[in-house]
Amino acid sequence: MENKEIKLELKNISKHFKGVYANKNVNINLYKGEILSILGENGSGKTTLMNILSGIYTPDEGEVYINGKIAEIHSPRDAFEYGIGMVHQHFKLVDTFSAIENIILGLKEKVSLKDAYDKANGIAERYGFKIDLKKKIHNMSVSEKQTVEIIKVLYRNVDILILDEPTAVLTPQEIEKLFNVIRKMREDNKSIIIITHKLNEVMSISDRVSILRKGEYIGTLNTNETNERELTNYMVGNKVDLRLERLRQGATSPTLEIRHLNVKKDDGTTAIKDLNFFLRGGQILGVAGIAGCGQKELCEAIVGLRSYKGNITHFGKSIVGYSADQIKEIGIRMSFIPEDRLGLGLAPNLSIVDNLLLKSYNKKKGIFVDRKSARIETMELIKRYNVKAESIDAPVKNLSGGNIQKILVGREIGTDPNVIITAYPVRGLDINSAYMIYDILNEEKAKNTAILFIGEDLDVLLTFCDKIMVLCEGENMGIVHTKETNKEEIGLMMTGARNLLKLYPERKIGFASDSLIKEDEVNE
Amino acid sequence: MNLVTFLTAAISMGVVYLYGSVGETIMEKGGNLNLGIPGIMSLGALGGVIGCNIYISIFGVDNIVGIFIILFAIIFAFLFAAIGGGIYALLTVTFQANQNVTGLILTTFGVGLMKFIGSNIDQSNLTTASRSISKLFTNYEALGWFGEIFCSHGFLVYLAFIIAILTSVFLKRTRKGLFLRSIGESPQTADAQGINVTLYKYVAILVGSGIAGLGGLYYVMDRSGGTTFVEAAIEAFGWMAVALVIFSMWKPTVGIFGSILFGGLYILPSFINVSNIQLKLFEILPYLVTVLVLIITSIVNNKNSQPPQSLGINYYREER
Repeated sequence: MENKEIKLELKNISKHFKGVYANKNVNINLYKGEILSILGENGSGKTTLMNILSGIYTPDEGEVYINGKIAEIHSPRDAFEYGIGMVHQHFKLVDTFSAIENIILGLKEKVSLKDAYDKANGIAERYGFKIDLKKKIHNMSVSEKQTVEIIKVLYRNVDILILDEPTAVLTPQEIEKLFNVIRKMREDNKSIIIITHKLNEVMSISDRVSILRKGEYIGTLNTNETNERELTNYMVGNKVDLRLERLRQGATSPTLEIRHLNVKKDDGTTAIKDLNFFLRGGQILGVAGIAGCGQKELCEAIVGLRSYKGNITHFGKSIVGYSADQIKEIGIRMSFIPEDRLGLGLAPNLSIVDNLLLKSYNKKKGIFVDRKSARIETMELIKRYNVKAESIDAPVKNLSGGNIQKILVGREIGTDPNVIITAYPVRGLDINSAYMIYDILNEEKAKNTAILFIGEDLDVLLTFCDKIMVLCEGENMGIVHTKETNKEEIGLMMTGARNLLKLYPERKIGFASDSLIKEDEVNE
Repeated sequence: MNLVTFLTAAISMGVVYLYGSVGETIMEKGGNLNLGIPGIMSLGALGGVIGCNIYISIFGVDNIVGIFIILFAIIFAFLFAAIGGGIYALLTVTFQANQNVTGLILTTFGVGLMKFIGSNIDQSNLTTASRSISKLFTNYEALGWFGEIFCSHGFLVYLAFIIAILTSVFLKRTRKGLFLRSIGESPQTADAQGINVTLYKYVAILVGSGIAGLGGLYYVMDRSGGTTFVEAAIEAFGWMAVALVIFSMWKPTVGIFGSILFGGLYILPSFINVSNIQLKLFEILPYLVTVLVLIITSIVNNKNSQPPQSLGINYYREER
């Protein structure tokens, strides 16, 4: 490494928001043609630091040097001039535009849409992306959107590429693909910064790793001279137990039964096709599948946010046609942690207290909200889940991703549900927060709550859930006991290569043997 | 009822709305909901009248040449309206003031200023000036009904159609139009792509306001013949223009037809015999139509007929 040329140098960077330091005296070097991981828990200032580099924020103190010369980055445009490009965690894309229109946004040189299309397609081909650049963003899956983001940056020929938590939304195969792309960029002598808190990824992709903790720079290590345990210690400051527990719990009769569910996507295409499954109290059913194969639509259908065809029964009582409100009214409580936590889960401009009130306001009669008890509840929540917030009256959007998630999960669990529908509850969370969420879910399981857990990390699904249902393009590929399966089988099912429903039609997969649905009801 | 006269009048009335709505569309595509349109159109009217008076004071009332006096009027109307827009831009873009509040204040300010200064302005030569402005072509009668409907108007009518079409092309086909639309949809995205959000917003607001102001000029100096300057119901026309933006689903070319429809509905009562109460009902019609369009587009929920996603929201880069 010593003989390598320094491409970028951050010197004593500090930035604070309303008195709270997001970055404090950060010093990081980036060499030419290397992959540097920036590792840190949520709220440790990784994204803020990178936003300084990409010109979104201006630092309060410190300098940035590029190629040994001081760089004045006052806007994203300046950042591009210095060859810095960033793929943001919350994608910066215009929904109503096509991919190619997004790519040419802000380009200085005059280029026709046709030429841009050819060039972008060339980039896509070179790095092995499969994407329809004429497709509108709002019709795209999360991983497609990310692909557009990456092409957008590559199109501008940057030599410093920043990726903010790029793997959070991808399948293992997609992650491997992305890593190959990143390695290819390294071969092209580009410098890559990748923000993450997944240790295995740090170890597999990066040459060096810089660690931040609570906004402070802890140090930089060569990845081949360190290990996951050491990194964890640097990152969290104290040792964490990496053990994930599957709680043993006797299951109840089916709490929620779903028969012949058909759901459509926004664009009218099929999202879920003839899906049968059931949830039992005290059991966690994991859902595995490639991103965008109907998970979102499934969740939304169950909680009454999306229309569907088929039958959903709750303790043997049909809840077909119930709105989200009605579902609550008749005493059925479902806790829903949406994929897009800020968009659907919380009102970003309202405070933590107000967001909690949104769910619990109808506990009390009368026209006035009970702010006092909500404040107490909020304080308890903050304490219980260790939420880092300036104040409970500050807008939720000012919090970091992990803290937002904790509030969301805390609020949902706080309503004491008997069914929890949860999608990606640990997405973007650091280790400590993630385990906190798993613990909460296990607590609920112990209370005989039925849990549908839509996950992305197969290792977690396999160790944490009791059963796993695998979806492939909205179809059920089978439901397996986690004790009797392995990663390979799930992987094959995710791609549709193995369909248990077709292999064993006699097993009636997805139908409970002790179903509470009377057959004549189904025939209606 | 004479259909030819009716259509001619509908086009001529609709142009007032068209100017306002094209100007507003440009601003809204950049994410700025400017409810100051009535005020801006009033300022445009005021500027136009002042421009005419200045022309007359320089060249004399006997030397009025239609095309020159109209250019004078256009420059002043545009300038006055753009100053109104500049106030709005400064408050909302630079000082991050609430767009709705700022717009409403601008309406009150603009209308009030026009009435105040306007009542102290020499209006004696305006009708003379108007006569040279309100007809671009001569001998259009020779073309029969076609000439009556399409060729009997003043320069400002044709300019309105040209501006509407050019705006549509600009928004749909040009790079800068694409950049502007991206700001209206997601200023964060535009900014991260290196687009100068503040500059685009300022230019869009200034140009949009200037265009809207021409609507005021047109009504006073062309449509109403320079007679009803201070009493003119420009404020009401301004709100109609804002409604027309929604009606046209942010498409200036659709706005051309919408403006003729709105204009037709406005003048319809004077072509048929109606009582006073019925007259009031007729005045509701354009708004009713707008509400219907809003309902239909909302039900259809086509992403292409929705307002810009960040409409009405100020953008501040370092906001967390």
